[in-house]
Amino acid sequence: MKDVNVVALCVFVFFFLAVTVMGFLAAKWRKAENENSLDEWGLGGRSFGTWVTWFLLGGDLYTAYTFVAVPAAIYAAGAAGFFAVPYTILVYPLIFTFLPRLWSVSHKHGYVTTSDFVRGRFGSKGLSLAVAVTGILATMPYIALQLVGIQAVLDVMGVGGGEDTHWFIKDLPLLIAFGVLAAYTYSSGLRAPALIAFVKDTLIYIVIAVAIIYIPIKLGGFGEIFASADEKFTTAKAGGLVPGEAGQWTYATLALGSALALFMYPHSITATLSSKSREVIRRNTTILPLYSLMLGLLALLGFMAIAAGIKVQNGQLAIPQLFEDMFPAWFAGVAFAAIGIGALVPAAIMSIAAANLFTRNIYKDFIKPEATPEQETKVSKLVSLLVKVGALAFVLTMDKTVAINFQLLGGIWILQTFPALVGGLFTRWFHRWALLAGWAVGMLYGTIAAYNVSTPKQKHFGGSSAEIPGIGEIGYIGLTAFVLNVVVTVVLTFVLKAVKAPEGVDETSPSDYTADAGDTGVRPLPKVGVGH
Amino acid sequence: MSETGTGKQPVVTPVRVVIALCLFAPFVAMLWVGSYAKVDPLLAGIPFFYWYQMLWVLLSTALTVVAYKLWQRDQRARRGREGGEER
Repeated sequence: MKDVNVVALCVFVFFFLAVTVMGFLAAKWRKAENENSLDEWGLGGRSFGTWVTWFLLGGDLYTAYTFVAVPAAIYAAGAAGFFAVPYTILVYPLIFTFLPRLWSVSHKHGYVTTSDFVRGRFGSKGLSLAVAVTGILATMPYIALQLVGIQAVLDVMGVGGGEDTHWFIKDLPLLIAFGVLAAYTYSSGLRAPALIAFVKDTLIYIVIAVAIIYIPIKLGGFGEIFASADEKFTTAKAGGLVPGEAGQWTYATLALGSALALFMYPHSITATLSSKSREVIRRNTTILPLYSLMLGLLALLGFMAIAAGIKVQNGQLAIPQLFEDMFPAWFAGVAFAAIGIGALVPAAIMSIAAANLFTRNIYKDFIKPEATPEQETKVSKLVSLLVKVGALAFVLTMDKTVAINFQLLGGIWILQTFPALVGGLFTRWFHRWALLAGWAVGMLYGTIAAYNVSTPKQKHFGGSSAEIPGIGEIGYIGLTAFVLNVVVTVVLTFVLKAVKAPEGVDETSPSDYTADAGDTGVRPLPKVGVGH
Repeated sequence: MSETGTGKQPVVTPVRVVIALCLFAPFVAMLWVGSYAKVDPLLAGIPFFYWYQMLWVLLSTALTVVAYKLWQRDQRARRGREGGEER
């Protein structure tokens, strides 16, 4: 077991305590009239403007994925890990096109989740259930990735315990961090992560600015860094500075698949719906790319870790270890705090979003339709805890050395809700049963294909890319499953329309998709359980 | 683009085509990996592959800003023509 870095640990604990206090006080920020409604706890009263929304969206888009998983992938494989940059570039045109319509129709009808929308649009409880279950399932590995990020930081600080320590001692600091997260999410809802996101982003920007100026200077410039990275990949005969012919399909499909998946996640939807107007969303797509720039720079840290001679068995430790080696102890503490808090905030937002889904679309639709708003909020709070426990299960069962796979696995699943959601935003042509069948085929194919990917370390779920049937290139399983899903949906829609299968009732009208704040029928603060 | 009018105004207009192109361009550029999978030319020691994609972060942002401005103008013009009823 390595020595504990006392100074770094103190700084880390200081920031951690500070945000914990903020988390609990957040309940009083922009105090709600009715704090027991799900709208308040789960959507922060739907009152967030451009800047808060920016921090909130950034808070859940850029996570431990950004500073631990992506640089770790680069550290291990080189260019192949850089797909995260085109992925985040492609996200914004998609958000610009799709999400304002979702905002409008949701505010017109009081929808809190994507399942609400799907049920209203297609009049199908089955389809709505499928979307809800997928959302909850896909969120778990994504939260798991955050926990892995926190664990990496704790390990490097020397409080994570070595391989031979008892599992309980080993995981105790993680469990404490986990407990704190759960407690303030429980008490403050979405307000907590929104407020903490300010601190998180400030810390991260400081750390990045210092890291990308200070570390390259110390290592002798980017020329040196890339030269030693090239040398490593050449001797190891694995990875490289640019993707080879064979890797290009994988690169492009991973980027596209991840981009399509990202805004389908319940937490991205939560952040979108909590903004106060449709304009806020579009305006945000013009400032959010700042995060992509940050992601790209952070990704390069993976090469810097190679140049700095960092040798770790577990790739996830590469960046925290780089910080510890390069920075004075106190600043390493600041950097660790940035990573730790940067993982906690999205974990909180994700668990809230998944909990909203459960309460609205499983509990209220199938278990207790007459639930009061107080009961709804209570169930949501409890489920937000359960979802985190589910995430822990992923952490404990999957290979943690390739953490990026957690996110890609979630993507395979969530992508299968795309035809129902985005299709539904633009057209009512798809048949609800066809969508359900397409979803089932996509889920089945994606899960089986991912299950069959093995690595030397793990027999199943070892990766997220496999051969694309019919093309023969290696591509992202999620995208292949998605194409399959769309084909099934289209073919069955023709069939079902031909036999005149019942279409279900559509409660929305075309003008609902373009309504903005201030229009008739757009309620700024719809109370869940009342009215709609 | 997405919004459908009442039929009085055309859905596809030159401005909207430009908006669509602005939003679509990044997909072509980024998914065509073969066009940028190379080391040279270097920029400050950074291989082309990396700085080119970082450059696209800025390019796509600029394109999105253009799309946003055009969209706002389009909406204002439409509202003006329809007396503030539709958008």
